Amino acid sequence: MPADAPGAGEPFLRIEGVSKVFGTFQAVKNVSLTVQKGEIFSLLGGSGCGKTTLLRMLAGFEEPTAGRIFLDGRDMAGVPPWSRPVHMMFQSYALFPHMTVEKNVAYGLKHEDMSAKDRADRVREMLELVQLTPFATRKPHQISGGQRQRVALARALARQPKLLLLDEPLAALDKKLREHTQFELMSIQQRTGVTFIVVTHDQEEAMTLSDRIAVMDKGEVRQIGSPTEIYEFPNSRFVAGFIGSINTFEARVAARDAGQLRLTLPALGAEVTARDVPHVTPGQSVTLAIRPEKIRISRDTPEGPNALRGSVKDLAYFGKDSLYRITLPSGALVQAHAVNARRGDEGARVADWDDAVWLSFDPAAAIVLAE
Amino acid sequence: MTDSPRTKYMDRRGWSDIIIGAPYVWLVIFFLLPFLIVVAMSVATKTATAPPFSFGGEHPLINLQAYQRIFTDDLYLRAFLTSLANAAVAMILCLLLGYPMALALTRVSRGWRNILLMLVILPFWTSFLLRVYAWMGLMGRNSWFNGMLTDAWNFLVPVDWAVRSIPMMNTNFAVILVMVYTYLPFMILPLYASLERLDPTLDEAAMDLGSRPSQVFRDVTLPQSVPGIVAGGMLVFIPAAGELVIPTLVGNAADPMIGRVISDEFATARDWPMASAVAVALLVLMVIPTMIYTHFQGRAEGSK
Repeated sequence: MPADAPGAGEPFLRIEGVSKVFGTFQAVKNVSLTVQKGEIFSLLGGSGCGKTTLLRMLAGFEEPTAGRIFLDGRDMAGVPPWSRPVHMMFQSYALFPHMTVEKNVAYGLKHEDMSAKDRADRVREMLELVQLTPFATRKPHQISGGQRQRVALARALARQPKLLLLDEPLAALDKKLREHTQFELMSIQQRTGVTFIVVTHDQEEAMTLSDRIAVMDKGEVRQIGSPTEIYEFPNSRFVAGFIGSINTFEARVAARDAGQLRLTLPALGAEVTARDVPHVTPGQSVTLAIRPEKIRISRDTPEGPNALRGSVKDLAYFGKDSLYRITLPSGALVQAHAVNARRGDEGARVADWDDAVWLSFDPAAAIVLAE
Repeated sequence: MTDSPRTKYMDRRGWSDIIIGAPYVWLVIFFLLPFLIVVAMSVATKTATAPPFSFGGEHPLINLQAYQRIFTDDLYLRAFLTSLANAAVAMILCLLLGYPMALALTRVSRGWRNILLMLVILPFWTSFLLRVYAWMGLMGRNSWFNGMLTDAWNFLVPVDWAVRSIPMMNTNFAVILVMVYTYLPFMILPLYASLERLDPTLDEAAMDLGSRPSQVFRDVTLPQSVPGIVAGGMLVFIPAAGELVIPTLVGNAADPMIGRVISDEFATARDWPMASAVAVALLVLMVIPTMIYTHFQGRAEGSK
């Protein structure tokens, strides 16, 4: 898996071995990553994982304890926040309460050497971009949360930054508005071409918004990759478990041949086949991980190598799909997702409570983690 | 409209009327009624009786002579101007000294903040008169303090300008110095209250958008602290303009402030109508700017 994005030459943003220590607490540990121009790059992780500290170091509010940050080839060490071509959209939006929407958007422009007319034009253009033209003369407390978020975005974009930092951009919005705003953010990013770095704890938000994601934990970057790479090819149990839900089992490599691995799973009392991965040897302990939607449920004996018997312990009906919890004869629980493709009442389901069913999955669907 | 649980417990009219009404009753008894008495006295006529004023008889029932004298007698106008000037200078100095102190209070750690706030309030624990007497001692011609300042002055200026001691007592300078000292906490506390509420993220946002710390202060901190500045300013200006004790003890008797004039008219000249008229004029002078401010602030709040 490529650690860096494709593309030649010096990356637009290069973070090199950056660490940050507060007193005795190490908030960020030796983080290195690169971001290409025009990308939407997410820093994803739980609270206290160091993502916000990293963002604040990019904005210039914190100086790295060690390591360097290069933006467009320029070393940012010692550059104060007001001199950085980097603007931030704060989680609380941080709109100036004593200024109108218009004045808020125009605030950064007063440091630009431009005529009053150009300035007014830019403000108008920005307000149009975020569809807030009718609200130009309102104060922040006179508009809704979603509108405030758009003012914050317009204000941060008005000076045409090289890098836009978004701190939990959607966290303060309700669910409906969040989905809508997600797409709006992406479309605005495409139209302006500004590189976005998004900090979020919400994996779905990161998946939909981002070109690439860095998953962080305890100050370290655990994996960097496209949403698909992160989801389908997690490099550790942590990443596999953090993004989406997953079934994990302790396993032992029994044999390795013809591009396939034979694994024994003591907890399942079964033997399964998975696609070969590098750097494993027979006898080694590994983790087998399978996403619930990769597991097929059927009443009839399935074809193919990996078939397990079980019975339905629980099922949760979500409408478009259902989540099944299947007990295997060994007592282990397996989660499986099935799309409710056929319309019908309860009888149309693939299985019901306490039904004996078969579980099966493709060898390629199984993730083998040698960690 | 449906009943919210709030209405059941919050709408006990009787109690809320009493709680809201109590301060008004207090104000009527201890401010409005005495003030009406003062207004009545101000239109009475001075007599040699006890009390030394009367209505009617051979005198007009409503006698506006006292008010006339305020505008015609130089003494009163000068006293008003001296008061307003001294109070304005004291207020501005309090603001210039108090603002950085209040700002510093919001920037230090919580432990330090409590200690420093204590220090701001600490002088109130000593009698006000005692503190003014202490200043009188310091400013006197033979004090070590005056001696130190005199030495510094003589060291810095040409020999021709050298003085034996700096005349501080019985000057307007002394009045302003002691007033600034006395009223500084009244400036710091409301300023601190308004600065402490400000969101530090806004400073970061302004910095992020290209403003240096000085510009952040001008664009973000200062405009948002205007309510605190006005509150502190009024808390200093209003009592300072009517101040009696400080100008009496350390001020220049030839250039009295209005509080001294009221006191003299009342006690020495025994011209109660005149004293009352000056008191009413002072109150009107203080109330008008307050009302203008409240009006504009009400408008600003209304547009929120």
